[in-house]
Amino acid sequence: MNVLGRVFKFYYQGFSSMTIGKTLWIIILVKLFIMFAILKVFFFPNFLSSKADTDKEKSAYIVNEMEKRKVEHIN
Amino acid sequence: MEDVILFSRAQFALTAMYHWLFVPLTLGLGIIIGIMETIYYRTKNEEWKTITKFWMRLFGINFAVGVATGLILEFQFGTNWSNYSWFVGDIFGAPLAIEGIMAFFMEATFIAIMFFGWNKVSKGFHLASTWLTVFGASISALWILVANAWMQYPIGMSFNPDTVRNEMTDFWAVALSPIALNKVFHTVVSCWVVGSMVCIGISAYFIIKKQNIVFAKRSIKIATIVGLVGIALTIYSGDGSAYEVSQKQPMKLAAMEGLYRGQTKAPLNAIGILKPHTEIMNNEKDVFYFDITIPYLLSYLGYRDFNAYVPGIKDILEGGYPTQNGEKPLSAKEKMSSGQKAIEALSNYKKAKKENNTLQANKELSILRENYENFGYGFIKDEKDLVPNVPLTFYSFRIMVIGGSFFVLLLLVMTYLSYKNKPFENYKWLLWVCVLSIPLVYIVSQSGWIVAEVGRQPWVIQDLMPTSAAISAIRASSVLTTLIIFCVLFTGLLIAELSIMIKQIKKGFSDKTL
Repeated sequence: MNVLGRVFKFYYQGFSSMTIGKTLWIIILVKLFIMFAILKVFFFPNFLSSKADTDKEKSAYIVNEMEKRKVEHIN
Repeated sequence: MEDVILFSRAQFALTAMYHWLFVPLTLGLGIIIGIMETIYYRTKNEEWKTITKFWMRLFGINFAVGVATGLILEFQFGTNWSNYSWFVGDIFGAPLAIEGIMAFFMEATFIAIMFFGWNKVSKGFHLASTWLTVFGASISALWILVANAWMQYPIGMSFNPDTVRNEMTDFWAVALSPIALNKVFHTVVSCWVVGSMVCIGISAYFIIKKQNIVFAKRSIKIATIVGLVGIALTIYSGDGSAYEVSQKQPMKLAAMEGLYRGQTKAPLNAIGILKPHTEIMNNEKDVFYFDITIPYLLSYLGYRDFNAYVPGIKDILEGGYPTQNGEKPLSAKEKMSSGQKAIEALSNYKKAKKENNTLQANKELSILRENYENFGYGFIKDEKDLVPNVPLTFYSFRIMVIGGSFFVLLLLVMTYLSYKNKPFENYKWLLWVCVLSIPLVYIVSQSGWIVAEVGRQPWVIQDLMPTSAAISAIRASSVLTTLIIFCVLFTGLLIAELSIMIKQIKKGFSDKTL
C-alpha cells in the first residue's frame, strides 16, 4: 500500500475506533459551525471594511475617528 | 460610547477567561502525560501505559472542547476593536500568524498520532509525537503571549503617519522583549501547576473512593514533582515580572500594592483591606483599614535596592518623582497635552500631504515624532482615568500570591507523603483539600490575568492607545447581543466539558483511548 493509502487507513481506523471521541468531534463541528457560519457571518463583520474600501480611505477614516475622540475628550 | 467600551471589554474579558479555562490544563497536563509515557517507554510496564492513556483521554476532552475558542478573540478585534486592529495590526498580526501556521499545524499533525497511533506506530515515534504535541501547544501559547507582552511594552516598531499604522522594524525586539520573556515563562510554568493540581485532585478523589489506588498514587508521584518544579519556576519568573512591571508599568505596580503615595524603603503589603478608592484619591491619608507589611521588600523587588523610591499612584499622576536614572517623569497633565499635540500633528500632517504642502507636512511630522511616545494620552479626558481599578488589581494580586503560597505548601506535603510511601487513605481531610484545590488553582490562575490586564487599564497599548480610542464606532446593543450569545455558548461548552470529563473519571483507569 502506498504512503497516502496508509495514512488514509491510519486516520480511518483511528476515527472508526473512537468512542467518546465521536461526541467530541460533534462538539467541535457544532462549535466551528456556530463560530464561522453564524457568529462570524452575522455578528462579526469587518467593521472598517464597511466604512472604507481602500487602505487610503481606511487610514483617513481612522485619523478622523482619532481627531473626533480627542476633541470630544478635551471638551 | 461608554456602554460600547464597557460591553466590548466585558465581552473580551469573558472570552479570554473562558478560553483560559482550557489552555492551562492542555499545557500542564501535557507535560505530565509526556513524563508518564516516557516512563512507560523506558520501563515497558503496561500499567504506566494505562495511566498515560487515562490522563490522555482527559487531555483530549479538554483539547477538543477548548480548541478554537480563542479565535473568537480575533473576530472581536475586527468588529469591536477596529481602530486598534488598524493601528497595530501589522505588529500584532505577525505573532498570531506564526502561531496559526507553525504551532497549530504541528499540534494538529502530532495529536492524531498521539491518539490513533497506539500499537500502530513504534513506541519511540508515539512518544516523540506526544512530546511534540505538548511542545506545539506551548509554542502556540508563546506567540499569543508575545503579542500580549507587546501591548504592555510596545517596542521594535515605528509609526507610519501615511498609513496610520505601527510597523514592525525589529521582530526580535518584539519576540525577546524582557516583558515577553518573563510573561511567556511565567505563564507556561504556572500552567504546569494547574495541570499538576488537577491531576493530584482527581487522583485524591480516586483514593477517597478507594478506586484505582495504585494508579492514583503513581499519578500523584509524577504530578507533585511537575507541580513543585512549576511553582518554583513560577515564583522565580513572577519576581522577574514584578521587576519588569515596576520599570515599564509603574502605575500597575502601584495599583497591585495599593500604593497611593510613594516612598523610599517601601514595604511590601502582604495583606490588607483597602479604604474606598475615591476617598483615598480625595486626600484621605490612610489607605488601609488594616494591613500587614514586610519592610523594604517592595523597594527591593521593584528596583533590586532596599532603599529605592517606589512611586505611588498620586506621584505618577503628579510627575517629577525621583527615578533611578535621574530623569523627572512628566505629570499626567503634561503627557495629556503632549498626546493632544501628537494627534493634532497627525491630523494636520494628513491635511498638508493632501494639499501637497511638503514644508508644513514636515513640520507637523516633526511635532508628531517629538510627542508620539505620549500619543495615547491625547485621548484621556481626566487624569483620574489613568488609574486602573485599584481594589480589583490589589485583591487579585493577593489571591494569586497567597494561593500560590498555599500550593507550595500543599505540593511539599504531598511530595513528602508520596515519596515516603505514606498511606494517603489515613489523611482524608488532606485528600479533600487536594480535590478542592482544583477550582482554587483555576481561580488563582485567572487572578494572575486579572492583575496583568486590569492593572494596565486604561491602555490597550501602553501609552499609545487607550480603550476609548481603540473601540469601533458601533452600537452598544450589538455588542451586548454577542456578549449574551458568548455567555450561553461558553457556558454550554463548559458544561459539556465537565460532564464528559466527570463521566470519564468515573469510568476510572482503563486501556481505552478516546
